[in-house]
Amino acid sequence: MLFALAGCAQAPQPSNKLILWHWMTDRNDAFQKLAQEYQQETGVEVSVQLFAPSDSYSQKVIAAAQANVLPDIYGILDKKSIVADFIKSGLAADLTGAMDADGGSWKNSLFDKALADRRFDEGNIYGVKPGIYGVPIDVTNEQMLYNKKLLAKAGIKKPPVNFDEFINDAQALKRVGITPFVSGWGELWLLDCFASNYAFNIMGEEKIFATYRGQVKYTDPDWIKVFNLFARLRDNGVLIDGIVTKGNKYAEQDFALERAAFSFNGSWCVNVYHEMNPGLDYGVMSPPPISSAFPLKIWGSAGSSFVVNAGSPNKDKAIAFLKWLTAKDQQLVLARETYNLPSNKEAIFGVSPILEEFAKGMNQSTHPNIWPLNEDPSVSEAFDKGIQDIIIGEKTPLQVAGDVQTVKDRQMAQGNR
Amino acid sequence: MNQKAKITAIVKDNLQNFLFVLPAVSIFCIFYIYPFYKMINLSFYDWRGIGPMHFIGISNYKELMGDNLWWDSIGHAGYITLIALTFQNALAFALAWACDREIRMKRFYRMVFFIPPVLSEVVVGLIWNWILNPEMQNGQHIGLLNHLLYNSGFPQLVHDWLGDPKTALTTIAIVNSWKGFGWGFIILLAGLQTIDRQLYEAAKIDGASAWKTFTNVTIPMMLPVILVVVILTILGCMQVFVLILTMVNEGLVNHTDVPVTRIFSAMQNTNRFGYACAEAVIFGTILVCVSFITKRLTDKAKQA
Repeated sequence: MLFALAGCAQAPQPSNKLILWHWMTDRNDAFQKLAQEYQQETGVEVSVQLFAPSDSYSQKVIAAAQANVLPDIYGILDKKSIVADFIKSGLAADLTGAMDADGGSWKNSLFDKALADRRFDEGNIYGVKPGIYGVPIDVTNEQMLYNKKLLAKAGIKKPPVNFDEFINDAQALKRVGITPFVSGWGELWLLDCFASNYAFNIMGEEKIFATYRGQVKYTDPDWIKVFNLFARLRDNGVLIDGIVTKGNKYAEQDFALERAAFSFNGSWCVNVYHEMNPGLDYGVMSPPPISSAFPLKIWGSAGSSFVVNAGSPNKDKAIAFLKWLTAKDQQLVLARETYNLPSNKEAIFGVSPILEEFAKGMNQSTHPNIWPLNEDPSVSEAFDKGIQDIIIGEKTPLQVAGDVQTVKDRQMAQGNR
Repeated sequence: MNQKAKITAIVKDNLQNFLFVLPAVSIFCIFYIYPFYKMINLSFYDWRGIGPMHFIGISNYKELMGDNLWWDSIGHAGYITLIALTFQNALAFALAWACDREIRMKRFYRMVFFIPPVLSEVVVGLIWNWILNPEMQNGQHIGLLNHLLYNSGFPQLVHDWLGDPKTALTTIAIVNSWKGFGWGFIILLAGLQTIDRQLYEAAKIDGASAWKTFTNVTIPMMLPVILVVVILTILGCMQVFVLILTMVNEGLVNHTDVPVTRIFSAMQNTNRFGYACAEAVIFGTILVCVSFITKRLTDKAKQA
């Protein structure tokens, strides 16, 4: 007992029981049901353990990693650089062999963009051995949604196809007393996502990455255009009051209860809206582009993915379970019961029409996890908070650009040291 | 008893005593001393929570000294604490003093005043989010406060309380005081009830006014209790966190940042565990110093 307390217990032995940790409250029932089915089919018990909310889950996984007590299967809710640290610490198994087996049947059944989220290519900047280190169980992308009834009330016949039309539609909505747009921009990642969509549209990915490398400044006219876009949204009264402190759950509630006509949210919202207001009549659209210089890209990749503990004595069984979980039949169960986009390409044809609309967006998707490099987190924080500053009217786009560049310069100087 | 037997008895006695306190000491060391040591140790490293740790000496501390956002956050926590020390504790004292009198339904008031502190901070945050909601639907204000202000003839006061940098921190400070005044109320009421009633009777016989009685009897007798309330208020308010997270998420730009949200952000958003530990060490040191100074000042006041 003393050894157990001191963390010196005997190393775990292979068994017929797998332990899976996750954070997805909305998918827990479906996971439990599938785990029971798997036990009946194979005799392998899968104990599905839910730890929510996701912030607490994240901390638990990091603490378990430090103590080397991770379960057989778990998810890493963090940036790719942190996933890389898990891999380098021997805590996440390389699944390339299993994915490539049988002519790559498992790998080929999954959306490539979802796999890319956990794939490390040759010469990656993280110094990780090339391979696939995670299994996507669903895919997600972030797009705009519009309430058909509210648009019709304002005399808008079709959703806007460019940013000017969007601003005009917002004016029309305001004239009939409807709040045009809501999003959970109190959560910085969602604001970052929206801004980066337009950065891709205005300057293209090469210039974005050049900025991250320090070769282009945030005071560049193209970045000013990105910041200006938020000033336009503010000046035209497009945004719901209190948007910069609004959590996404509240934003989802606002859209579901028809308090705003447009929203910016991820594909998981289909499930949320269904629970809050099953009769909500809405459609999905790409954020309306502001420029024709470059294609507008949306964020989209693996929604949730699991990794296999490299140190688990049940590693092979864990891989077999994940292969079963991402097969077409199980993916259809998950898609139908949880309204998430399946990671299996074949299962996409059995989902609801609104999810199909979301699925179309995967063609124009990208994600920070698959970019060759990412911005320093402290610069990203200054960037996102700067946009909040613009929205509340405290700073101009030029001031924010200068502030962000100052943080970038400091970060570059530290990096050089 | 010879010398050897005497020594054996003393050692045995000491050993017995030591064995009795060993479980408590072990728990204290494992769950308090070791994490504390580890936190200080980590503050000298660059570490992302997983993977290799790089010793960087006092670099985290040097950076922290020039981190304006960090020092602003200390100022914000100080402001919230100041509101609590004045508004919250004055309210708690006034209500405790009223409930110490022979008034009707005082048991009911005691119960009502103690409801906010027993509510979870998340619940309080959610309730106040609804009260302060700045949105409108079908021409009606959704938030209770703006709805009341509008319909009671004060439309000019309708405001986005949490979305305006001028009002956000004060609003949070007031909600924090609303949540916290019940603790002070209970402690101060308990203190008031321990004051010997004969002192009041003697003051009355001497012809002391109500104010004189209050300043010369109640306040001096209550000083130790007030000290406890002041220290608990400072420690509690400086560490406010959950309320802010539930009311303004990741914050209104940096206007609502407090030290704990900065520490959390360093760990969660930028994965800088070493820097977060350095922040925690500095913050802990500040709290210890403030508590120490408060105690010294109150001791001096008591002697005076």
